[in-house]
Parts: sequence; C-alpha cells; structure tokens
Amino acid sequence: MFSLATLLVVIAMAMTLIRAVRGPTPYDRILAVNVHGTMTVLLIALAGFLTDRPDFLDLSLAYALLNFVGTLAALKFFKHGHLGEEQ
Amino acid sequence: MSLALDILSGACLFVGAVLMIVSALGVIRLPDLFTRLHGASIADTGGAFLLLIGMILQADSFLVGIKLGLIGIVLFFTAPTASHAVAHAALIGGLSPDDPGANQGREEAEEDRA
Repeated sequence: MFSLATLLVVIAMAMTLIRAVRGPTPYDRILAVNVHGTMTVLLIALAGFLTDRPDFLDLSLAYALLNFVGTLAALKFFKHGHLGEEQ
Repeated sequence: MSLALDILSGACLFVGAVLMIVSALGVIRLPDLFTRLHGASIADTGGAFLLLIGMILQADSFLVGIKLGLIGIVLFFTAPTASHAVAHAALIGGLSPDDPGANQGREEAEEDRA
C-alpha cells in the first residue's frame, strides 16, 4: 500500500519534470519545480514509513519550508532581476 | 479495529496518490500558466492532505502523528501563498490570463491544434 503510493508519487514527480523542461516561460518552470518540491516532501514522508524510520518526517518538514522559500526567492529574482543585494 | 484503520488508510493513500498523478497531468496538459496553477494546486490540497491522513492513520506513535499534522499545517499555509506568488509574478511579468496561448505555450497551442 505504501509502496504503491510511493510509486505513483514518483511517476507524478517525473511528469512534473516534463513541464519543468518544456515550460516556455520561466514561471512554468518555477511552478513545476514547486509542485515537484511538494511531492518530494510527501515522498520523504512515505519513505520514512516504508523503511520504518520516523526521523524522516523531520526531513520532510524542513524540506517543505525550504521549498517554499526557494520558490519565493526564484520569483523575487525574476520580478526584480536581483535578490536585494545593493549594487 | 486495526483492519478498518488499514482499509481506510490504504484508501486514503491510494486516492491521494491518484490525485498526485491527476495534478501532474494537469500541470503538463493545460494550455497556459494560469490554468496550470489550477492543476498544481490539486496536488497541494487534495493529494497532500489525503496522503498525510493516510499516514496519520498508520502512525504507531503519537509523535509521528504530530509531525505529520505539522507538515499538513505548513503545507496548508505555504501552498496557496506560493501559487499566489507565481500568479502575481507572472502577471507583472507580462503574461495575460485572458487569452491562453497568447504569449505562453504558443507553439504548444499550435501543436495541440495540429
């Protein structure tokens, strides 16, 4: 049951990569990577359950926050051309 | 009792994983960025929460359930914000939502039509 869910999530992650590669605009790529990150969060949690190691959940929690900050940083870079460091 | 839990969590996990596939399909197939945002948010809301509920039902210790709940809370707040940020940046970046395929995915639009 866990292995089936993990397999489906891995297939879904591969599919989002197709959009990340093909996406014409940079915002498509950021969106695809964001969805890929959310699925990575759940994949780590599922892997924690598969290998019966509860400490994986801390990794998935940390990665959920990192993914969010990474998406916002990439968007800020595309909106302003720099990340706020003075020229 | 544990059999019912297993069946329920198995169903939650399966439906959550299928929603992930549906969301990935939506991100690939939909014509322009703003419709792809709909596809992407299916994974964040439906797929993620169903998978987390399936895992919480299988959690053997209390701490694991709390951590899964925390992941759900984090996703609850960050996912819509990220989708909003992408749409806002795209609008400022000059993409217009009212004519799909106008300047994003134009070649794909022809590809789909051809």
